[in-house]
Parts: sequence; structure tokens; C-alpha cells
Amino acid sequence: MAETVLETAGLTMRFGGVTASDNVDFKLQSRELRCLIGPNGAGKSTFFKCVTGLLTPSEGHVFMRGQEVTGWHPHQIASLGVGIKTQTPNVMDALSVHENIWLAARRFFDVAEARARADDVIERLALGPIARTDLGQLAHGERQRVELGLVAVADPWLVLLDEPAAGMSATDVDRMTTIIHEMTRSAAVVIVEHDMQFIRSIAETVTVFHQGAVLMEDHVDRVMADETVRRVYLGKNA
Amino acid sequence: MTRSATRDVIMTLVVSAILIAVMPMLVGTYTLTVLVIYGMLGLSLGLIWGFGGILCFGQAAFFGLGAYIYAISAINIGESTLPMILAVALTAGFALLLGAMMFYGRLTDVYLGVITLVVTLILFKFINTTAGPQYKIGDARLGGFNGIPGFQTLNVPGDPGAYIWGDALFYVCAVALVIVFLLVTWLLRSSFGRIAVGIRENETRMALMGYDVAARKTVLFAIGAGIAGLAGAFFANWAEIVTPTLFSLGQSAEIIIWCIVGGLGTRLGPIVGAAGLAYLKFMLGQQSMIDNTLIMGLVLVIFVLFLPRGLVPAIGSLWQASVGRTARRRPARRMRRARHG
Ligand SMILES: Nc1ncnc2c1ncn2[C@@H]1O[C@H](COP(=O)(O)OP(=O)(O)OP(=O)(O)O)[C@@H](O)[C@H]1O
Ligand SMILES: [Mg+2]
Repeated sequence: MAETVLETAGLTMRFGGVTASDNVDFKLQSRELRCLIGPNGAGKSTFFKCVTGLLTPSEGHVFMRGQEVTGWHPHQIASLGVGIKTQTPNVMDALSVHENIWLAARRFFDVAEARARADDVIERLALGPIARTDLGQLAHGERQRVELGLVAVADPWLVLLDEPAAGMSATDVDRMTTIIHEMTRSAAVVIVEHDMQFIRSIAETVTVFHQGAVLMEDHVDRVMADETVRRVYLGKNA
Repeated sequence: MTRSATRDVIMTLVVSAILIAVMPMLVGTYTLTVLVIYGMLGLSLGLIWGFGGILCFGQAAFFGLGAYIYAISAINIGESTLPMILAVALTAGFALLLGAMMFYGRLTDVYLGVITLVVTLILFKFINTTAGPQYKIGDARLGGFNGIPGFQTLNVPGDPGAYIWGDALFYVCAVALVIVFLLVTWLLRSSFGRIAVGIRENETRMALMGYDVAARKTVLFAIGAGIAGLAGAFFANWAEIVTPTLFSLGQSAEIIIWCIVGGLGTRLGPIVGAAGLAYLKFMLGQQSMIDNTLIMGLVLVIFVLFLPRGLVPAIGSLWQASVGRTARRRPARRMRRARHG
């Protein structure tokens, strides 16, 4: 029986009258790859933010490796070894690709080791030619790739990616798929995604969100075939 | 990295040695001393604002605090060494508490500005009301709006009779500024400094990478305050009196203007801005045709409109453009910001 690395119990987040996250029970095993899907406004990002400490849930609990982390600050959660990519790009625009990735590595490794790891990730993500370029000058897809590098370089055991493929070219998506597969060797990965092709290519278990709650959780093939899921979500997109 | 660091240090030492030798031939050392002190004060805000993204409207509070702590402890101790140390340490300590309150309270930038401004105002008002004889710390009467005169000024450490004043005070202040400048350079090249710049760029991202943003900002804030406190202590020695005007909002505003005009995000800019504008103000003070606050305002407006990045970055890119023409290797990087002044 694999270890549960992430668990939420009755996780609820209300914004005024809107219940963006509604009594979510979620469990993730170590080195599992999980995809979260759901229509716009289904509460996927809110769930993410509650887990990563960017929001404090109105009710419910979050556990990581058995430890309760409800209400912790993002930096405390990240310090456990959790890599996080938010839906909106979050990078240091006036700093170079190398400096961005080095900063992520420096949190967990000394100066020399951080440099070596940054160089290594830059090579693996084929960022070499733009390593000294400031992030502000890069195209959207490149920035996404750098942000993935920020996450990868810290060697996390839990990775949370909110729409990592958005705005990426096909080559970029392929490269990212490889990186994510590499990550699952040592980490559990949760991916929020809209791109159905990408989901089909990578997913095993899929959790479907609808109006803040979990609608269904099953193997990707059964989820795709499900009538209710098709009606609330795929009917428009697939 | 290390080779460029060594070159940086050598350049700094050579240029400052030349300036320290040449400047007294052009401007009196009495005036130069206060320009150097203002340079240090400018650098203190330039560090936390330009590299840490912390806009403090109350840097004058730390300047005044350093001056008062020096004056009060010098009267009580009668020798200047410990008071100099106290001026830095206690000011930094005060800022550590204030900073912790603001940064752990997760205040937004606007409230941070308001609080630092209000703290300055409170200190100003409070010191002004301490004219009565009951306001005493040890032997030192706070003196209200009259300030504190007649304290022991800087002496050779261990020898209270050997005063350092006039030309000697200038050389001490100038060397102190060079040392502070080198320490700031070292800090910015260290992991702490690089992380501070990362936080300036994107707090959320740095927190999501596991950095305790509040703790780091608090420490940087205190370091900046310590430098301002040192400048204040030197100012007390130069003026030989401390008065509540040190805490005035006008003083705080001026420090901000120095940074904008000199160039934010550079080490040199705030120093150049401070010394340049203070000298301009001094020159204007010698005539009465034009009101000098008007000129100051005009200078600020002109810079904001035409050189929004400030003097030092503008000269830097001019220099790069002329050098770049001979060595046409790199592609133009228009958006690249000057990060080393
Ligand atoms: N800070 C907030 N204040 C008020 N309402 C919010 C806030 N954040 C999210 N919401 C609401 O909560 C609901 C869920 O939003 P959320 O961003 O979690 O959806 P999502 O599933 O990530 O959607 P998308 O696919 O568009 O990213 C939406 O109705 C949204 O309007
Ligand atoms: Mg979302």
C-alpha cells in the first residue's frame, strides 16, 4: 500500500455567497500522476490555492504525508518539498532564466550545488540559448517552460501544476510531457488541464470537478466515456 | 563572478581614492562632509527600495533616531565609540521590530508607506514636546524643539580628548561611506541579496519556492535602517546639535527624490542623487532670487518625464551604447534593466 502524500478532508472555500470549493475529499498516493479537469469556474484553482496555502480554506483539512498543513503559509508548504505552478505565470521578469532557476534551487541547496542543478535543468529543458535572457523578453511558452524548470530544479516529492500546457506549442508540450514523466519517478504530480489531447496522452486517474465539488474520479477512459461528464464538460470541448 | 567582484572592489577603491583626494580642492570639506553623509542616507533607502522593493516613507525617522541615540548616549558616556555603535544597533533594532510588525502583518505597500510615514510624524511630534526639564535620559535633556547641543563629538577611539573634526571628520565619513558601499556590494552579490532582488520581482513566486518573504524583508529593512542610523550619527557629529527637524517629512521626501533622480536599482545612483541634489540645494540657498523648493520640484519633474530611470542608469546605457558600437557582438537588449550601478 503506497503512502498517501496529499489528502484533503471536507475542504470548503466560500467567497461571500459563492462556494468555490465544496466539501472536497481528495487523496493522492506517492508517485501518482493525477489530472484534474472541469469546466471554467469549477473550482480547480481554488482547490489548488487552498492546498498550497495561497488561500486559507473556510472549512476542512489538508494533510501532507500525514501532517496537517491547514492554514500554513505557502513558503512553509513549499519548504516541505512541494513544487507549485500557479495558473497565472509567476516568474521574476527582470531576472534572467538562469537567475530564476538558480533562486529556486538555492532554497534547498548551497550556492555551488544550486548552480550545478540550475545548469542541469536548463539543459534538460533546452533553455541553453536563452539562459542569460531576462524572463520579461520571452514568449509565453518559454516562460511556462522556465516555470516548470523552477519547480523541477528543487527536486520536489509533490508537484502541483495549474494549467502548465496553456499557450504552449506542440513541441513544448511534448518536452513538458517528458519532464513530467521524469518527475513522477520521484514525485506525485497533480495537473489541472483543459487540453483534452494532453490529458489523454498523459493521464491515468482523472478527477472531475463541477461547481466546486468532485463529480467523478476514475480512469481516464471511463471518465471520457461517462455521460454526465460529457454533458457538464466535454460536450462543449471534446 | 569572483573575478568581476574583485574588479568591482578595485574600481570602487580607485575611484573613491581619487574623489577623496580631488574633491576637497573644489568644495570645502565642511560642505563635502554633509554631502557624503547624505550620500550614505541615500544609499540606505536605495538598498531597501531599489533592491528590496520596500518603499519606506520614513527613512528620515531612522536618520533622526541615529542622530538622537548618538547625542544622548554621547552625553551620558562621554566618549564617542560606543555611542556610534549604539546609533547603528539600536536604530536597526527598532526597525527590526517595526519591520516585523509590518511584514508579518502582511501589509500591502500602501499601508507600509502610511505606517512608516506616521512613525516619522509621531517621532517628530513627540520630540518636539520634550522641551520640559522632566524629559531626561540619564544626563541628557531631550530639549524639545531646541534639540540637544553640547554632546561629546567624534573622538579617536579610547581618547575622548582627541576630537575628530573639520578635514579629519570628512575623511572619516568618506571612508565610512566607501566601506558601507563595499558591504552593500557584497550583500547584493551574496545569496541574501540575490534572493532580496527575487522578492522585489515577485513575492508570491519566491514564497511558492519556499522563501520566508516576511523574515527576509524584515532583515533587509533593518539593515537599511542601520545604515541610515550611522548616517544620522555622523550628521550629529557634523552639526554638533540634533533637532527634531531631522525627523521631518520634508527630509523623508527628499531622500525619496534623491533615489529617483540618481537611479533606483543601482548602488551608485542614490549616492550621486543625494550628494548632487544636496549640493544644488546648498548653492540655491546662497541666493534668494528663486525659491529652492521650486527648483527641487522642477528637477524631480524633469527627471520623471525625461530620465525616468534616473541619472546613473542613463549614463550607464549611454556608455554601453558607445562601447557597444565598437564591439557589436551582443544583440540589443532594450528592456534589460541596469542592476549594478
Ligand atoms: N478571490 C475570489 N473571490 C471571489 N470569487 C472567486 C475568487 N476566486 C475564485 N472565485 C470564484 O470561484 C469559482 C471557482 O473559480 P476557480 O478559479 O477555482 O475555477 P477554475 O476551475 O480554476 O476555472 P478555470 O478553468 O477558468 O481556471 C468561480 O466562480 C470564481 O468566480
Ligand atoms: Mg483555474
